[in-house]
Amino acid sequence: MDLHLTGAQATAEERAAADAELGTTQSGSQVCRQQIADPRVTCEATANGTRHLLLPVLHAVQKRMGWISPGALNYIASRLDVAPAEVYGVASFYGMLSLEPRPAIVVHVCDDIACVIRGVDKLCAVLESTLGAAGSPCAGGRAIWQRSQCLGLCERAPAVLVASAGADPRERVLAPASAEEVQSLVQDALQQRLPHEPDALDVRKSVPQSSRSSESFPLRLLHRIAQGGAPTVEAYQRLGGYSGLRKALELGAEETLRELSDSKLLGRGGAAFPAATKWEALFRQRSRLQKERSRRHYVICNADESEPGTFKDRILMEGDPFAVLEGLTIGAFVTGARQGYIYLRGEYPLAAERMQRAIESATQNGFLGDNILGSGLHFTVEIRRGAGAYICGEETALFNSIEGYRGEPRNKPPFPTQSGLFRQPTAVNNVETLVNIPGIILEGGAAYATLGTTHSAGTRIFCLSGHVARPGIYEVAMGTTLHQLIDLAGGVAGNGKLQAVLLGGAAGTFVGPRELDHPLTFENTRAIGASLGSGVVMLFDETVDLRRILLRIASFFRHETCGQCVPCRVGVVRQEEALQRLVDKQPLGSAALEITRLREISQAMRDASICGLGQTASSALESAMRRWSLFA
Amino acid sequence: MEDTNVILLWGSNARETHPIFFHHVLRGVRNGAELYVVDPRRTSSARWAHMWLGIDVGSDISLANAMGREIIAAGLANEKFIPHATSGFEAYKSHVEKYTLERAARETGVAAEAIRKMAHAYASAPRAQLCWTLGITEHHNAMDNVVALINLALLTGHVGRYGSGVNPLRGQNNVQGGGDMGAIPAHLPGFQHVENDELRARFEKAWGVTIPPKRGWHLSHMFDAMERGELAVLYVLGENPADSEADRHRALQRLGSLEFLLVQDLFYTRTAELADVVLPAAAGALESEGTVTSSERRVQRVRRTVPPPDGVRDDLQIIFDLARRLGHDWGTPDAESIWNELRSVSPMHAGMSYRRLEEMGGIQWPCYDESHPGEMFLHGRLWNEPLIGPRAPFHVVEFEPPVDQLDEEYPIRLTTGRRLDDYNTGVQSRRYSSPLRREESLQLSPEDGRHYKLREGEHVRVSSRRGSIIAPVRFDSGLRPGLAFLSVHAHDRVATNELTIDAVDPKSGTSEFKATAVRIEKHERT
Amino acid sequence: MNPSPKDALQGLDAPVATIPVPRGPVPQAPLRPEPHWIEITIDGERLTVPEGSTILDATRKLGIDTPTLCFLESLTPVNACRVCVVELEGSRTLVPACSRKVEPHMSIKTDSERVRLSRRLVLEFLASSVDLSTAPAVQAYMKRYNADPERFGTTRATVAQPAKVDNDLYVRDYSKCVLCYKCVEACGVDAQNTFAIAVAGRGFPAHISTEFDVSLPESACVYCGNCIGVCPTGALMFKSEYDMRQAGTWDESRQTKTDTICPYCGVGCDLTVQQQDGQIVRVTSPLDHSVTRGNLCIKGRFGWQFVQIQPAGK
Repeated sequence: MDLHLTGAQATAEERAAADAELGTTQSGSQVCRQQIADPRVTCEATANGTRHLLLPVLHAVQKRMGWISPGALNYIASRLDVAPAEVYGVASFYGMLSLEPRPAIVVHVCDDIACVIRGVDKLCAVLESTLGAAGSPCAGGRAIWQRSQCLGLCERAPAVLVASAGADPRERVLAPASAEEVQSLVQDALQQRLPHEPDALDVRKSVPQSSRSSESFPLRLLHRIAQGGAPTVEAYQRLGGYSGLRKALELGAEETLRELSDSKLLGRGGAAFPAATKWEALFRQRSRLQKERSRRHYVICNADESEPGTFKDRILMEGDPFAVLEGLTIGAFVTGARQGYIYLRGEYPLAAERMQRAIESATQNGFLGDNILGSGLHFTVEIRRGAGAYICGEETALFNSIEGYRGEPRNKPPFPTQSGLFRQPTAVNNVETLVNIPGIILEGGAAYATLGTTHSAGTRIFCLSGHVARPGIYEVAMGTTLHQLIDLAGGVAGNGKLQAVLLGGAAGTFVGPRELDHPLTFENTRAIGASLGSGVVMLFDETVDLRRILLRIASFFRHETCGQCVPCRVGVVRQEEALQRLVDKQPLGSAALEITRLREISQAMRDASICGLGQTASSALESAMRRWSLFA
Repeated sequence: MEDTNVILLWGSNARETHPIFFHHVLRGVRNGAELYVVDPRRTSSARWAHMWLGIDVGSDISLANAMGREIIAAGLANEKFIPHATSGFEAYKSHVEKYTLERAARETGVAAEAIRKMAHAYASAPRAQLCWTLGITEHHNAMDNVVALINLALLTGHVGRYGSGVNPLRGQNNVQGGGDMGAIPAHLPGFQHVENDELRARFEKAWGVTIPPKRGWHLSHMFDAMERGELAVLYVLGENPADSEADRHRALQRLGSLEFLLVQDLFYTRTAELADVVLPAAAGALESEGTVTSSERRVQRVRRTVPPPDGVRDDLQIIFDLARRLGHDWGTPDAESIWNELRSVSPMHAGMSYRRLEEMGGIQWPCYDESHPGEMFLHGRLWNEPLIGPRAPFHVVEFEPPVDQLDEEYPIRLTTGRRLDDYNTGVQSRRYSSPLRREESLQLSPEDGRHYKLREGEHVRVSSRRGSIIAPVRFDSGLRPGLAFLSVHAHDRVATNELTIDAVDPKSGTSEFKATAVRIEKHERT
Repeated sequence: MNPSPKDALQGLDAPVATIPVPRGPVPQAPLRPEPHWIEITIDGERLTVPEGSTILDATRKLGIDTPTLCFLESLTPVNACRVCVVELEGSRTLVPACSRKVEPHMSIKTDSERVRLSRRLVLEFLASSVDLSTAPAVQAYMKRYNADPERFGTTRATVAQPAKVDNDLYVRDYSKCVLCYKCVEACGVDAQNTFAIAVAGRGFPAHISTEFDVSLPESACVYCGNCIGVCPTGALMFKSEYDMRQAGTWDESRQTKTDTICPYCGVGCDLTVQQQDGQIVRVTSPLDHSVTRGNLCIKGRFGWQFVQIQPAGK
């Protein structure tokens, strides 16, 4: 296309960073250039098809330079043949990308609810006095610290992530973090002494069940992690890995699908949609899709775990990455997809590294790539990293993000199984859902369905955090009561008295101490007007001012709404403003009027928003207002 | 255009010169069509192409003939259409035999493989459109260029069918209408040939006058006649030949030799400055009533949207007043009555009442009666079984390089064209404040810039065999070394036509604006 | 370079007898298959509409005035404003009428309590954050739904900001922008394919912007003004209109609109010329014109100054 660029030029370093990312990529126009080596012939219209590399190349420049300059943006625009205004629109969508000069070292301090409970305010106060105000450069302009949304490290709160841009970019997690440790980490970063490994998974801490014999709750999903994890393909196979895939290849696609269907597995990402239904939709289109030349349809693992309080997918990927790949590969086998993506949250450096290594190793060992296990199955997987946008966990926003557009959700219908990634049929599954699948195929769907309850089959991983004695992830059979689960985690921390439990994260619901005996199933939680969501179980003892927690949640949605549809874009702002007035005891009119106003805002967001974000942005607030009179 | 498989845009930068037409091209491309652009410059249109061929200026016939040869050799000629509806194929076939891909590559300067690809894409497409503009027609062999392209359409049968056809993109809002109305030397309104006695008799009867039975002069003939002293009086309506004629120096001399020059225009143009009498006129499309005909033969109503300045009359009124002074009282002018008179003598306009034109948002001619919907494409008759009317002839045409040849003294090929925000000599367009407008500059390839040790904005003297001008330079990566570009919009500052050559196509009367040999020298401003 | 009338001369030397060529059959476009008809119910009334229609098409067929803001016939629906939502039986949430395709047996309510509440709230959200003073259509909707934006207090967040005046042709006042995406679509794939602007940022601060917010003259803008043509709130405005409004001389009661054809190239674009006191103040093109679909180029939209000036040299 006839790109028009401003005069800003990229530096050699910026070009190198972009080229390193795009180096092997050839646009259609470059291919054409090779066929007809004549400067007086060009084929620019065939250059498209590379826009999906936009987010990866923005990441690459951000990592090298610490920000994306006008010159770098122009260079990216010209390499991908995307208008610079569009590149700017995409880059400015993501929290992790900076379009202004920013110090190379950025310290993200999580101040989301789990970390608030675990004393992040004190940490921030110390940082303010030692490093200066959040958001302003420190260490002679070479570093900056800022508050961040939930980093998904809630079992180790308060959490800090340090990112250092440069020729040798590094990331390092610090959790739980003290002010002294943060300062010393900044010193390490300044002296370029950050370790290679971004983090270390401490199974005993993050998966407390690993150190307890828990006969009543045999671990199905976490058994390898409980035994120290399976970081290599050998370890994975030694611990039973890839037997599910082998079985599936024996059974054939249709039988495999039947097992999955018999298992009654519901998706673990939050929406609890029958997992088999999505694959079946693609399976049914297989013959048509296979006839089409390109045979383009996709399976995607949604690993953009960003719901505050959720960290199970991170631990699964860090500790058992091949299980995710095995589940996805079985999906490819059933659906006939030849390409898979793992859309992995940008704030999860260790998970990304482990998954990347697993993909390489699986490919080398014949579990990915051509002719998998001699079956003729061809399947490749690519990781795409998010860049700090909660909304990209919404599946259609995720498609846009991979395609190189702003991560704004699409209206449904059409549903992803009809028109998903690149407008092709696509099945999207959550990490935990995929990890369930090899076991289901191995043991049979019917056997799986006997676990849990009639309508909620199998086991479920819950993320316990907040005022709980042993925070971490716990795998229990569906139907376990909240009470039992909290007991398993050692009860309320210290001598505290339980005030409330947040189920399902910021988009979830609060329940009170008298509602602990309800079994944790999809149907029961729905019956009490709650939801399991992504498996968050966050405890608040009586010292917590719930109104402050509600404000933090409201501010989370204000920050994370994509801004596309009016009810959500403005609704979350008006919601936070009204809540703030109530907390400040300065209601407009009266508290009752404010509450009416909040209910109306909530209904309009629920009814008229495009996607689940707006539809659930007032869920926690509503549930709290239903249970307690907080603003009397 | 939106429902086709291949679009050839030849000698046209429609992205800038016909922007709304280009919207339709891009819709076609988004619907899956492949776009090929043939243009010496890598223009903004070329940047949307699946393939751009940057041929040498004026080598179009070599390219077209080689495509024809390749199409025949590859067995892609339309076996059904050629015997059914065309004549002269065998002669064409043997004529193009010598235009091998290698020869065309040599003459056009682009790789043989690209020519082959374009030929195959065009010929094998189920539907294909071939569009051109002044890159084809502003040459000393303009008609030959056009014919060479039409040969390709005949060869492949890409004519007279939905989604397929040939499209000369008109440069002005009523250039087609001018021809429709008979404002061309050989035709009476409705393309009825003046040398056809039967047709002419009909007009003579309707108008009660005797019409000279011979075709008249076109503009270039007129200028030649001025030089010979045969043309002494000229009436110019809405034209600015003092700026727009090639070899402007000579054109000014010729205009100066007239005994009497009458200019009717909106503005006091350069031509008006030379006139004995100037008649201020209202603007056609914005201050007058009538119709215009677009590129796609669509006749549409123009209306008075604002009143003209005090004392200014519209063209009709002026012509009527003039007629009255010359002893013919035609009464009070009325656009609709004149239109209805036209409908009575021009069968192809007969069905276009003002009412229908308004209701249908314009009608594409021919429209023979008031139940006829107009025709979305022409030449459907060629596909009719049996064939209606005469066969469409192939014509053999030979490649001839531009007249103004490059040599050591004049090594740079200068070509001309329009820019997006401007129009012709700028009489209309240079009166609004376009943020896109920059000082008119000679565009050069960055390589030539380095070769001549020039910086952007530096001034150069540009000289041709006819004249020389001073202009600043600007670099354009869409130009290859040895190719330069100037627009024709700013004659008050950069009089491009001082340089151009008035080598005229004998058939159409068009000058070779597109190919001038120039040399450039750094100009030290004093 | 003045082609008229020289490039109109094809066939000049063709044999006299063949001009004009004989009449052939009237050309036809290929027949499209007859659409399937789908029966649905709207507000208790049954009707059939062709497959592929939207709920909005169907409500319009019944003469129901469904409010829209981000919808335009010539653009791809983005369904972002949500003012057109209707209640669809069996659907957990309301659905956007402008983009939701009809399916057999749909039962739709266009004026239920839920619909009215959401539409009212959407209008209140917009009016409480955006200056809608030059958006009469939205004001009319607000009246219809009793929208009261003031109830969100005076300290509420808004998008108020100074207007951007960086060229002589048009003004961008983003304090009036409802972020309907229409201008982005018109600048992009739906018409102009220039992509000079895009939505930038995220959430409430999301806004329409060039790269790094550079001025229009620095950007890729080609001043086709197709963005102005689709803007529903006057955020994008002809400089001529903006200046008159600033001076208090803008008076629509003294204005007329006349259609004519563009005086420039040969494409034949329909211009709707709006004049006040003999001066052109705005030029648009009808959405349903087959040539333009409402779009123009810089010359067609802005190149009319030549009729506003007195002849020079007189």
